[in-house]
Amino acid sequence: MTVVSVTRDYGLALRQVELSYGGRRFLGPLSLDVAPGEVVTVMGPSGCGKSSLLAFVCGTLDPALSGAGRILLNGADIGARPPEQRRVGILFQDDLLFPHLSVAGNLAFGLPPAMRDRKARRARIEEALAEADMAEFYDRDPATLSGGQRARVALLRTLLSEPCALLLDEPFAKLDVALRARFRSFVFDHARAQELPTLLVTHDPQDAADAGGPVIEIDAAGRLLGGKQVAANQRSPQRP
Amino acid sequence: MNRRDLLGYLPGLTLLLFLAPVAAGLIGTWLPAFGYFPALGGEGFALTPWVMLFDHPGLGESLRLTLVSGLLATLVSFALTVFFLAACHGSRFVLAVRGLMAPLLAVPHAAMALGLAFLIAPSGWLVRLASPWATGWDLPPDVATLQDPNALALTLGLIMKELPFLLLMTLAALEHSRADERLAIARSLGYGPVMAWLKTVLPAIYRQIRLPIYAVLAYSLSVVDMALILAPLSPPPLAVQVFRWFNDPDLTMRFVAAAGAVLQLLVVVGAIGLWRCAEILAARLGRIWIAGGRRGGKGRVLRVLVTAVIQVLVALAAAGLLAMAIWSVTRRWRYPDALPSALTTDVWARQGHDLIWTTGTTLISGLAAAFIALALVLGCLENEQRRGLSISTRALWLLYAPLLVPQVAFLFGSQVLSIQIGIDGTWIALVWSHLLFVLPYVFLSLADPYRALDERYSRTALCLGASPNRIFWRVKLPMLLRPILFATAVGFAVSVTQYLPTLFAGAGRFVTLTTEAVSLSAGGDRRVMGVFAFLQAALPLAAFAAALALPRRLARSRVLREQRA
Repeated sequence: MTVVSVTRDYGLALRQVELSYGGRRFLGPLSLDVAPGEVVTVMGPSGCGKSSLLAFVCGTLDPALSGAGRILLNGADIGARPPEQRRVGILFQDDLLFPHLSVAGNLAFGLPPAMRDRKARRARIEEALAEADMAEFYDRDPATLSGGQRARVALLRTLLSEPCALLLDEPFAKLDVALRARFRSFVFDHARAQELPTLLVTHDPQDAADAGGPVIEIDAAGRLLGGKQVAANQRSPQRP
Repeated sequence: MNRRDLLGYLPGLTLLLFLAPVAAGLIGTWLPAFGYFPALGGEGFALTPWVMLFDHPGLGESLRLTLVSGLLATLVSFALTVFFLAACHGSRFVLAVRGLMAPLLAVPHAAMALGLAFLIAPSGWLVRLASPWATGWDLPPDVATLQDPNALALTLGLIMKELPFLLLMTLAALEHSRADERLAIARSLGYGPVMAWLKTVLPAIYRQIRLPIYAVLAYSLSVVDMALILAPLSPPPLAVQVFRWFNDPDLTMRFVAAAGAVLQLLVVVGAIGLWRCAEILAARLGRIWIAGGRRGGKGRVLRVLVTAVIQVLVALAAAGLLAMAIWSVTRRWRYPDALPSALTTDVWARQGHDLIWTTGTTLISGLAAAFIALALVLGCLENEQRRGLSISTRALWLLYAPLLVPQVAFLFGSQVLSIQIGIDGTWIALVWSHLLFVLPYVFLSLADPYRALDERYSRTALCLGASPNRIFWRVKLPMLLRPILFATAVGFAVSVTQYLPTLFAGAGRFVTLTTEAVSLSAGGDRRVMGVFAFLQAALPLAAFAAALALPRRLARSRVLREQRA
């Protein structure tokens, strides 16, 4: 990692990112900066390529699509790394908890392997669950949890993997309205507390409003819509 | 070298493993057919084998038996499948039949044939149940119900084995066809249920069931083990005749046998060609028929009819298995008693030693072939996913190759090859020969569930920092445990059922339950036959039961652990 300009290099940055299918560009070029603890929202109708943008950032882009441009995380270009070495966590609309593992098993799956000691791992998981008011769910089968509980476990699993950035692919869309607001603040609070640069894609304006950060709008053809995006680009990243 | 590179070679290796013996076997059979076989003094090319083949007096009759049973069995199985699904789409009966077909598919061909023989023979269970009170027969009637001159018993046996396969393959194709939407639209336009299915669903799924139908056609035209039990023996159907020539003590008959094997291949190729022409014709007429717009009725008569036929077939299969079980513990069962008058376990005890050895051989070869196939298939599917490749229709043809080429048409050549590389009559040759037929079935049963697994699970795991290998072992395998165990059971069942490969590759040194059951069928002791046939049917069924029960057990123990916690 370069240390030339430490102050500028924290956070997630996309530079001239373009996505194309069969040689035809369907999104971008897009440049943006997400400072640690900041939530940047990308808004657009379904089918405009928002989810593909996140897949490109975490390295799981459909092989039929191709992406160009640079992805900088804390100053390092992670574009060439395999997904498991990018340290980019993602939450989807569905919680995707592994059905064959218990709640604790799912969280343990996320914990970095470097933490060897079994007691320490257990303690870390219990601590995370307690902090989410879910201490008694340690051994439960994910199938027995409510939608809101599953969503929280999915976030905890991602956070326990100690990512350097957080991507949110409409994770609130499937929750009912009352739950949605609570889970939204749960996610944003954690992201801010851990100083994670967070990139949210959604088509729900309320998500964007709650996120409180810059908003970038994309139209159905994948073009960026005017002013706000410029504003986002011109914003200098917050200092850590 | 890293894992990824190794994985990349796997599809090629797999194809080589099961296509090389087929290709080499075909060439190794064609050469002797034209007189070239140095080991037996055939140094140059000649047409004498063909002249001898066509001079054989029973050849015409053999061909007739082959064509009648093979074509009729395929046509009836296909028609039953189509009309059953058309008439009963969405009904609970389809679900029930689907549940019944999987175990029927698991029962080896030879066991199914023996069970049928126990039922329909002149002194079989059906006659006993109805005699003498209804038929007046105090002695077994002098009618050829088995080994009848038109091979209808063989045709019936083939239908009982091939219908489950076609039905399950068609049901699998239906799942991806959005059939319910198509039917809803057609019904709202005033079409009757059967007409709606035939005109909107069948054209959409036929392409996917074409290869299974060809496999059924090829199998029915070249079956040996079922024919030895159910078909007439002098002259027998072509495949049996060719098999006899290969085993003739007069070694010069190998040349005639090779020519016969080539003829067998031509018969299958010709039949598939004929079916293809019929497809094209049917498609053309079908378009006119569909454009005609006839709406059709409610199809109640058809529904009752097809349902009844399928129920009879399932009942026959179940009763056949039951008859074998009863015979295996019979001490005395005089004609025309409906049930044995005395039972005993003596037959089992007397066969104990043989049973243990043959069961052991069956288990070892079956498990080895199933697990090797599973490893290769999982590797290929994982490689495909990591590279974002998908298998093309053409590659699927390659996969079906061992199922489309008649076994007698290449096994002799493969045996020659295995003698040359010094593995003739070893476990390697035996398991390898089973693998040829196990691999395609394991692939067919595992490919869909593997590809259908929501790939976002892998993406999530990747973003949690898990390596692709860790995801394979910790996420994909546990989540796919059920289909993986099921595919393994399928592979095991396919291995148990193999008759010709065991004889050819094993060079007569290996005796499995299948080879033993078939060779006993030529003798007369139904009790010993019952023992071997019953065990032969029971092994694959047990494998399926285990494959279904194990995931449930694991799930239950997880729930229990939670309740304790």
